[in-house]
Amino acid sequence: MKAPALLRTAAAALRVPYSALRIPQVPTVDQVMAEERAAAFARRSIKTSAKLAGLKTVTSMMDLTTLEGKDTPGKVAYVCQKALHPAEPKFDVPSCAAVCVYPNMVRYARRFLGDGSPVKVASVATGFPSGQFPLRTKLEEVRRAVGDGADEIDMVIDRNSFLAGDHAKVFDEIAAVKTACGPAHLKTILETGELVTYDNVRLASRIAMEAGTDFIKTSTGKVQPAATMPVTLVMLEAIRDFFFDTGIRIGMKPAGGIRTAKQSLAYLVMLLETLGDDWLTPELFRFGASTLLNDVLMQIARVLEGRYQGADYFSLP
Amino acid sequence: MRSKSKRNGSPKASKSVRILKSNGSPVLPRAVVPLKERRLVFGHKWDYSPAPETFDYLKIAPRHELFLNGKFVAPSTGQYFDSIDPSTEEKLSEVALGGEPDVDLAVKAARRAYEKVWRPMSGRERGKYLYRIARLIQEKSRELAVLESMDGGKPIKETRDVDLPIVAAHFFYHAGWADKLQYAFPNRAAEPLGVVGQIIPWNFPLLIAAWKIAPALACGNTVVIKPSKTTSLSLLRLAGIFQEAGLPAGVVNVITGVGQTGTAIVQHPDVNKIAFTGSTEIGKQLAQLTAGSGKRLTLELGGKAANIVFEDAAIDQAVEGVIAGIYFNMGHVCCAGSRLLVQESVFPTVVRKLRDRIQTLRIGPPLDKNTDIGAINNKPQLEKIRELVQSGVDEGAKLVQTNCTLPDRGYWYPPTFLTEVTASHRVAQEEIFGPVLAVMTFRTPEEAFERANNTPYGLSAGVWTDKGSKIFKMVNQLRAGVVWANTFNKFDPTSPFGGYKESGFGREGLRRSAMSGLWTSAGREIRIS
Repeated sequence: MKAPALLRTAAAALRVPYSALRIPQVPTVDQVMAEERAAAFARRSIKTSAKLAGLKTVTSMMDLTTLEGKDTPGKVAYVCQKALHPAEPKFDVPSCAAVCVYPNMVRYARRFLGDGSPVKVASVATGFPSGQFPLRTKLEEVRRAVGDGADEIDMVIDRNSFLAGDHAKVFDEIAAVKTACGPAHLKTILETGELVTYDNVRLASRIAMEAGTDFIKTSTGKVQPAATMPVTLVMLEAIRDFFFDTGIRIGMKPAGGIRTAKQSLAYLVMLLETLGDDWLTPELFRFGASTLLNDVLMQIARVLEGRYQGADYFSLP
Repeated sequence: MRSKSKRNGSPKASKSVRILKSNGSPVLPRAVVPLKERRLVFGHKWDYSPAPETFDYLKIAPRHELFLNGKFVAPSTGQYFDSIDPSTEEKLSEVALGGEPDVDLAVKAARRAYEKVWRPMSGRERGKYLYRIARLIQEKSRELAVLESMDGGKPIKETRDVDLPIVAAHFFYHAGWADKLQYAFPNRAAEPLGVVGQIIPWNFPLLIAAWKIAPALACGNTVVIKPSKTTSLSLLRLAGIFQEAGLPAGVVNVITGVGQTGTAIVQHPDVNKIAFTGSTEIGKQLAQLTAGSGKRLTLELGGKAANIVFEDAAIDQAVEGVIAGIYFNMGHVCCAGSRLLVQESVFPTVVRKLRDRIQTLRIGPPLDKNTDIGAINNKPQLEKIRELVQSGVDEGAKLVQTNCTLPDRGYWYPPTFLTEVTASHRVAQEEIFGPVLAVMTFRTPEEAFERANNTPYGLSAGVWTDKGSKIFKMVNQLRAGVVWANTFNKFDPTSPFGGYKESGFGREGLRRSAMSGLWTSAGREIRIS
């Protein structure tokens, strides 16, 4: 891979977008083998102390999400408090990584959590979930969300342009959003359920990483299928290649469809055995989920106390 | 936590967006790890706790007898040998040493069963027995998997998810053939051969037994089978299932023992066919022993398969296939992809990925559900692996191994690959039959199949490319019985299996195995083109 700085200079001299010279090539993905490999992670048997440590890590990686038209300041408060203190202190469970809300809810989340909060405020943006909006309004949305106090922006890519083959446009849009984010971290949602093939997922991942994203994320949660093990594996492998090519560690966020503690441990196993210890941190891995949290807490209680408790013993987010 | 001022400052960033669009100014920098420090760490940040498969329900008798004419009987020799757990070197049980008189009794029992019961029986009735056996195997598959794992050193993950499902599948599949054979070959009546002697190895004791017994029985033959000295227990338990299924006495006889026991079966005048899976060396001896005797012979022998990775392959999946190809069952696989041929342009990438991938292979107690690599089956094999790897290093190859710690007791060898190997190295030519991969390069498709074919063996090969036409071109050029494309080590009763050259002759699986178990009424061999 050639030095990006040179390419940028060349792009500037030619008065063309940087992306015009830099739409990356990615290896193909074999569907059968990728799915077989992903299934193998779920066969790991995670017991006792490994299970407890794993589930606590999962909690610390969770972006507790509420993305509904009916979200109100009251609902956001529920979610924020749950993210701060997921369970009774005796279980010694860490806070979640972030709450994830719509742009209009950012200010309420920020107000509830305050400025020194260990829980970050993430906002979806750029015409979530479809992305079928003009770039100008997308950028305005991002700036407003960041201005209202969002630490992290979860943008959606323009699947329309991607599937029509205009990869440069996808690239430029992500790069523009990244700039609009300012200090906020950028997660780029590929909406893999609409990209469909693993080859598309791999290419979209690479485009997002080249364009400057901090995280790549599978789904909005509004399209089925959302996160799956194989699609996440393909993205983790793209992250791995990008790391060796550039030295930059990109984060990963599977979102949507991860509902059980067992599933989340399988994802953690996949992360560990694909990218190693360095990625096993909320800085580089997140779960986008809402119902997952209480199942994880229920399993933590099970490991610590030796018996299952009813769902009503865990507060709703 | 960001400060308020930073947050307020962010709208200014929007100005730069337009600049980026027009002249391609750089995106915001992210932390860059210097080239030399770019590596993945597979350490102890999150260790998996032990996850042992329970086995206390499994009763292993202190002594195992021969299964002869439907009963478990003591051997004429009065001798027994130990069967040990290779992961601990502890004795599991002792097993009867079958002598020549036992073989003679077994063949007589098999002949009697063939003449009086099994051959006259309708195919549909034979099929019923096979279905019943298949169902019993499924019912008892967990205990069989545990026993197979304890006796052979194979990880429970593999015996549970691979060996046992395939064992049952072979009985189910061939049960279905039993009543259809008379319609399988137009204008020809199919006849069984008679008494079939079968000698099987230690790498897949139960799977290869099923592979051989099921088609033989479906076709109306009766069987005298000898397992390897180190892995008799699971087959004897299968014999118990035959009893439970009410299989008529003498239809299958299990004579445990050593090499001479096998020789006695091969030399017995009343055996009509020998089916052998094992080393090429023994295979050659069997060919000499059976020559001129009128006995039919099928041999499934060694291999030195090439796994060929082209630059346009799905590299991450190809690496998975290479890993599965050589480290599955500790490399104790006759069709293991023990030679990796990588197109030179992607060689550094593939080697780097292999190096990272073997670090995540977990080596340890075979009964731990997270174990990927179990114990080496027996001590002589371990010594052979060590000797061959040493020869590779002596000849200048570069050794790459996992840095895992091996248990103190038992027979262990870490996942290994050798780079800077040339075609003239011993490790590139001889079958190692262990978790050791020889990595070599090629430049063009022509060179790839030339090098792949440049071996006395020809059991299997693998091709990894995204281009369909390249797959077909390669398949037509490769002299190997099985060629896998974008996958490896896939076994299925519906797919034939067997080798070219020193990898043997005859085919297992599908109708082809039925072929080798049958004569036509005119005494001519049935062939399918």
